[in-house]
Amino acid sequence: MVVREKILDLVISCFKRHGAKGMDTPAFELKETLTEKYGEDSGLMYDLKDQGGELLSLRYDLTVPFARYLAMNKVKKMKRYHVGKVWRRESPTIVQGRYREFCQCDFDIAGQFDPMIPDAECLKIMCEILSGLQLGDFLIKVNDRRIVDGMFAVCGVPESKFRAICSSIDKLDKMAWKDVRHEMVVKKGLAPEVADRIGDYVQCHGGVSLVEQMFQDPRLSQNKQALEGLGDLKLLFEYLTLFGIADKISFDLSLARGLDYYTGVIYEAVLLQTPTQAGEEPLNVGSVAAGGR
Amino acid sequence: MAERAALEELVKLQGERVRGLKQQKASAELIEEEVAKLLKLKAQLGPDESKQKFVLKTPKTRFHHVGQAGLEPLTSGNPSALASRSAGITGVSHCAWPQGTRDYSPRQMAVREKVFDVIIRCFKRHGAEVIDTPVFELKETLMGKYGEDSKLIYDLKDQGGELLSLRYDLTVPFARYLAMNKLTNIKRYHIAKVYRRDNPAMTRGRYREFYQCDFDIAGNFDPMIPDAECLKIMCEILSSLQIGDFLVKVNDRRILDGMFAICGVSDSKFRTICSSVDKLDKVSWEEVKNEMVGEKGLAPEVADRIGDYVQQHGGVSLVEQLLQDPKLSQNKQALEGLGDLKLLFEYLTLFGIDDKISFDLSLARGLDYYTGVIYEAVLLQTPAQAGEEPLGVGSVAAGGRYDGLVGMFDPKGRKVPCVGLSIGVERIFSIVEQRLEALEEKIRTTETQVLVASAQKKLLEERLKLVSELWDAGIKAELLYKKNPKLLNQLQYCEEAGIPLVAIIGEQELKDGVIKLRSVTSREEVDVRREDLVEEIKRRTGQPLCIC
Repeated sequence: MVVREKILDLVISCFKRHGAKGMDTPAFELKETLTEKYGEDSGLMYDLKDQGGELLSLRYDLTVPFARYLAMNKVKKMKRYHVGKVWRRESPTIVQGRYREFCQCDFDIAGQFDPMIPDAECLKIMCEILSGLQLGDFLIKVNDRRIVDGMFAVCGVPESKFRAICSSIDKLDKMAWKDVRHEMVVKKGLAPEVADRIGDYVQCHGGVSLVEQMFQDPRLSQNKQALEGLGDLKLLFEYLTLFGIADKISFDLSLARGLDYYTGVIYEAVLLQTPTQAGEEPLNVGSVAAGGR
Repeated sequence: MAERAALEELVKLQGERVRGLKQQKASAELIEEEVAKLLKLKAQLGPDESKQKFVLKTPKTRFHHVGQAGLEPLTSGNPSALASRSAGITGVSHCAWPQGTRDYSPRQMAVREKVFDVIIRCFKRHGAEVIDTPVFELKETLMGKYGEDSKLIYDLKDQGGELLSLRYDLTVPFARYLAMNKLTNIKRYHIAKVYRRDNPAMTRGRYREFYQCDFDIAGNFDPMIPDAECLKIMCEILSSLQIGDFLVKVNDRRILDGMFAICGVSDSKFRTICSSVDKLDKVSWEEVKNEMVGEKGLAPEVADRIGDYVQQHGGVSLVEQLLQDPKLSQNKQALEGLGDLKLLFEYLTLFGIDDKISFDLSLARGLDYYTGVIYEAVLLQTPAQAGEEPLGVGSVAAGGRYDGLVGMFDPKGRKVPCVGLSIGVERIFSIVEQRLEALEEKIRTTETQVLVASAQKKLLEERLKLVSELWDAGIKAELLYKKNPKLLNQLQYCEEAGIPLVAIIGEQELKDGVIKLRSVTSREEVDVRREDLVEEIKRRTGQPLCIC
């Protein structure tokens, strides 16, 4: 608890430093509020027994309750943080280090603003916290849902397979490309040449120069969605440079976060393990923070 | 009012219809349709209409709690001015929330933080460690621990794994923790939410999800010293919170049981008569007597004998008196209880709090696991007329000794005696909020110290650079998410949020290498050199120069 208190203290003071208000919601929501918000992960929700009243489920994250709060209270703008427990019925033996009850620390900015300024601040906050916690070197991968969708389109992925292929790509941080390719072709019925085209893209990562490069890409630049995403990322990198954190950010085309509700930029922070041999790239050992628009 | 009653009746009937359909396993679409109708009806009714007993105003915030229990001023006849669930929200079923629960708006969080601060400081001052436990326990852990209240436990659906239930309090999880880790001594506090399927319409102002702040001392120690410390802590907290005068009623389970025995209550009726006597703080003796005789089958003369005792309360002199009572002094249990109370009063006097304690024979706390001293703190409402006794208007803290609970979890039945207290913070939140409002003290929901602003257009880059510098120096700062905001809007933002300083970037100032630092309240502006800005801000906000 002492350790937990120190960490939460640091996280919350960072949120407060950026002017966020605290908020809290109940541990459970109406089942209907949570249904259909989490895509493939829905089966992992804890339901409360039907005891003659409303059907309830334990909250799965803090984002859907936040959206429900905004809608209910007709709030148009809010910068809030929420530290609380969430519950997921994952099988603890299969996935290491995953608990069924765990604490999440969320920071969100809701409202209609000029593009990418709030998004940049979120990344700045992530960097401040991870640096402050002194856990070692870290890297924040950034991508955009529109770029992912655009990329799938130009590679020839049928729309109906988008989310399923997305899921597979998301595993690239844990699995090798050939295993992911195998899953897409054999288990998800993707044509091999389509898979290969995807492979050309998703193995790319870099700084703002990669964004510039993708703008020039003959196929991707034909796709309106992808162009929007790339444009936003370019602006984002400008702001991140002014915030002094561009060196911690990597535009990574393999980043394809699991949750269905992301519509724009997505990001994930990973801790880097110092390589045992010189010249090797640092190996990332797990995601410690994530988010998106 | 009649309209409301009719609506309530409709809600009740529709609720029954829904339950009936579920039982019959009707089609999902049909059930959904009827549930939607039910929700619409409930929406017309407005949020939970249960009323609290003492004076409260609903806080005026934008983000207010569309789920809050109806809070009404005691004396006025005005309907509470709550934001109701308006049926105008499209898709009411998607914006509805579970009955008996509420969100904490930023304003409520600020109040909550203040209150927890006071409480936690007190717990730490007394050397307590802190623990946390999961929100659910195995169903079997909670079964059989709460007596009549067990039906109020929330169960999780059987989804093919273990049967789970949401914790009903923090005490049983604590006992489970002690037994599991084979601990024999610990002084710990635990602040967390607990869950009870109370019917909010029947029980005033009760939520189904609410915070408890528990402090407990486990271990075999010399009698009554830890018990006295618990009462000392209760008094310290209630005094520091400045929520008005309070009184702590004290009794003992053994005195109660002894009293019932000598009055002639049959063993089998003990717990249920206990429940009735417990209601004496809310209803009159006649009503309680009626319930005991009329509903619970107690002989009238037995009820009368109980009445003679339970209407008594006083200080240590009452303890002395009862030690001499011809009937009570024949009962071994009661004598033990009285002996402990006598010792307790000695220690409380040494702690300087005996004037706040009242030995009250009507105190009969609901929960089954108490074995010795029990106590409950109530706030006193100043009497309307001179000479009247202050009226207790609601319990804000309670606790007692429970020596047998841990043994129920230990496979060898090893006992670990425990004594503790629980602060009823939800009620305290409302009171504190109301007090702050009455004092017209503005409750800030953020701690921002500086807004980084621009006086002209095309200065976003400069703002981003400056705000980043301030954050890196540990200063709490914000900027508006607009490329070219108007200065007036930025100043207004500061006024609304209570931000004390503005750092204004201007074209001329940039050339001169300065930033205009403006105090929002005094409107004074001074030019500060860019490199001195961080220091100047820290000086003005009383922050230490090093990054904390």
